[in-house]
Amino acid sequence: MEIVMSVAIGLLFMAAVYLMLSKSLIRIIIGTGLLSHGAHLLLLTMGGLGGTAPPVVADGVSVSDYADPLPQALILTAIVISFAVTSFFLVLAYRAYQELGTDNMELLRGTEDYE
Amino acid sequence: MSNLVLFPVVIPLIFAAILMLFPKKLHMQRAVAIAGVVATLASALVLFSKVNSDGVQAVTLGSWPAPFGISMVSDMFSVLLVLSSTIVTLFVLFYSIPTIGMKREQSFYYPAVLFLMTGVNGAFTTGDIFNLFVFIEVLLMASYALIVHGGEKPQLRESIKYLLVNIISSALFVSAVAYLYSVTGTLNMADLAVKIPQIEAVGILTVIAVLFLVVFGFKAAIFPLYFWLPGSYFAPPMAILALFGALLTKVGVYAIMRTYTLFFTMNTGFTHELLAIIAILTILAGCVGALAYFDVKKIIIYNIIIAVGVILFGISQMNAAGIEGSIFYLVHDMLIKAALFLLVGILTVIFGTSDLRKMGGLIKSYPIFGWTFLVAAFGLAGIPPLSGFPGKLLIVQGGFEGTHFWGSLVILATSLLVLLSVVRIFIYAFWGEPVKIVPIDRKHYLSMFVPTAILVALTVVLGVGAELFMPFISDAGEVLLNPSLYIDAVLKE
Repeated sequence: MEIVMSVAIGLLFMAAVYLMLSKSLIRIIIGTGLLSHGAHLLLLTMGGLGGTAPPVVADGVSVSDYADPLPQALILTAIVISFAVTSFFLVLAYRAYQELGTDNMELLRGTEDYE
Repeated sequence: MSNLVLFPVVIPLIFAAILMLFPKKLHMQRAVAIAGVVATLASALVLFSKVNSDGVQAVTLGSWPAPFGISMVSDMFSVLLVLSSTIVTLFVLFYSIPTIGMKREQSFYYPAVLFLMTGVNGAFTTGDIFNLFVFIEVLLMASYALIVHGGEKPQLRESIKYLLVNIISSALFVSAVAYLYSVTGTLNMADLAVKIPQIEAVGILTVIAVLFLVVFGFKAAIFPLYFWLPGSYFAPPMAILALFGALLTKVGVYAIMRTYTLFFTMNTGFTHELLAIIAILTILAGCVGALAYFDVKKIIIYNIIIAVGVILFGISQMNAAGIEGSIFYLVHDMLIKAALFLLVGILTVIFGTSDLRKMGGLIKSYPIFGWTFLVAAFGLAGIPPLSGFPGKLLIVQGGFEGTHFWGSLVILATSLLVLLSVVRIFIYAFWGEPVKIVPIDRKHYLSMFVPTAILVALTVVLGVGAELFMPFISDAGEVLLNPSLYIDAVLKE
C-alpha cells in the first residue's frame, strides 16, 4: 500500500511542478493546490498506514491495533491552512487580473521601474 | 509550568480581534493598536525577568504530559527575540501613523500588524516543530495581507510571487515534517533532541536536516533561495517594509538556529559545514546586490541578506563565541534594520523618489537627520562602539576558534563593503549640490523622525552598553550550547 501511495504522491508532485512552471496564473494556482495535496498525502503515508482500530479505548482492542492519530491531526491543520491560502491566492489573482489586465507571468516580471 | 509564556502570543491576538470590530474609527484603531503592543511589551518584560531569575520556562497546552501536548518554551534566546520584535513593532506603529495613509489605516492595517506579531512571537516561543509550521503560517497570512495592503499595481504583481514562493516552501515544510515524524516518531523539539542521538540512521537524518535548511532558508533568504526577497520587499510601503525586514527573515534564521543547535547535531561535519559555506555565499551575494543598485530601498534590502549570512555563519561554528555573537547580532539586526528602513523612508518622503542619483545636499536643511543616519549606518557596518561591533567581533572570533578562519576573513572584508553601501547613501543624499525637495511641514517631519531617532538611540545603547547586555546573551547561548537545559525544562516538570 505504501508503494501505491508513494507513486500517487510522486504523480501529484510531478503534475504540480508542471503546472507551476506554466505562464498562466490560474494553472499555477491549481499547481499549488496539487502540491499541497501531495504533501498531505505524504504526511499520511509517512505516519504509517497500519492500525485497524480508531485510537479510542474500547473492549477487545489492544494498543497495537490503534491507528496513529497524530498524522491525521496534522493533516487536518495543514488542509485548513492550504484551503485558506488557496482561496486568498484566487482572490489575489482575480484582483491582480483586474488591475494589471493580464494573468501571464511573463508580463508580470516587474523589473522596469528600477534599474 | 507557567502560563506567562503564552501572554506575548495571546495578547496581540486578542487586541487584533477587538480591532477588527471597528475598522473605520481612526483614533480608536491607533489607540487600541498601540495599547495592544504596549501590553505585549509589558508581558514580554515580565516574562524576561522571570526567565532571567528562574531559567527556562515551559508550558504544555491542555495539561498533557510533555511530549504529547504542544509545548511552548521560553528560554533566554526566545524571550530576547520576542522582546526586540515587540519593541520594533511599537516604533514601526508610531511611524505608520503619519505615513501609512488614512485609507490603509481604515482597512484593517493595525489588525494585520498585530496578527503578524502573534505569528512572530509564537514562532519564537513554540517548542513543537509542527506548531512552528502553524505559527509561521499565521505570520505569513498576516504578511500576505500586509504586502498587498493598499492594492497598488506593483504590490499586486510582487505579492503573487511572494505568495507562490511561500506556498512552495510551506509544502516542503509539511513534507519535511512528515519525514522527520516517520523517522523519529515525535515532533516535540525537546523530545526530538532526546531521540535523534539514539537513531543510527544518520544518513536519513542528514537528508532531513538539509531539507529543513531549505525550508527555513526560503524564509530566511539564504543563498540561493533569496531570489524572491528583493522584488517582493520592494513593493509595500516603508512602514510595512521595515516590519518585514526586521522580523520576517529573522523567524527563518531563528528556526535554523534552534533546530541546528538543539537536535540536528548528529552529523555536524556535513550539515554545519554546508551551513558555513552557504552563509558565506549569502554574504557575498548580498554585497553584490547592495553595491549594484542606486535605489536606497534596494540597498537596505540587500543588507538584510548580508546580515542573515553573518548570523548563520556564527551558528555554523557551534562554539560559545560564535553562538553568542549570532544572538547579539540577531537582536542588533532587528533594531538597526527597522531603524534604517524608517530613515530611508523619511529620505524618500523628503526627496519624493528612492533613486540616489536624484538626491543631494540634504545636510544643510536637515542636519540632525543626516547625523542620525550616519550613526545608524556606522552601527550597521559594526564600527565600535556601536551595536554591530560586539556581535560581529564574537562571530569572527568564533570563526577563528573553529575551522573556518576564511569565513571570518570574508566577514571582516565584507564589513567594509556594507559600510560602503550605506555611506554611499549618506554621500549621495546629504552631500553635494542641494536638489529640489518636497516641502513637508515640521510637525509631520517630527512625527516620522522622533520614533526613528529613538530606535537609533536604542541601538546605540545596545552597542555602548554591550557589557550590560552580555550576561543575558551568554545565558541565551548557554541554552543553545547545552540542549540538556532545554530538554530538562520541557520534559521534567
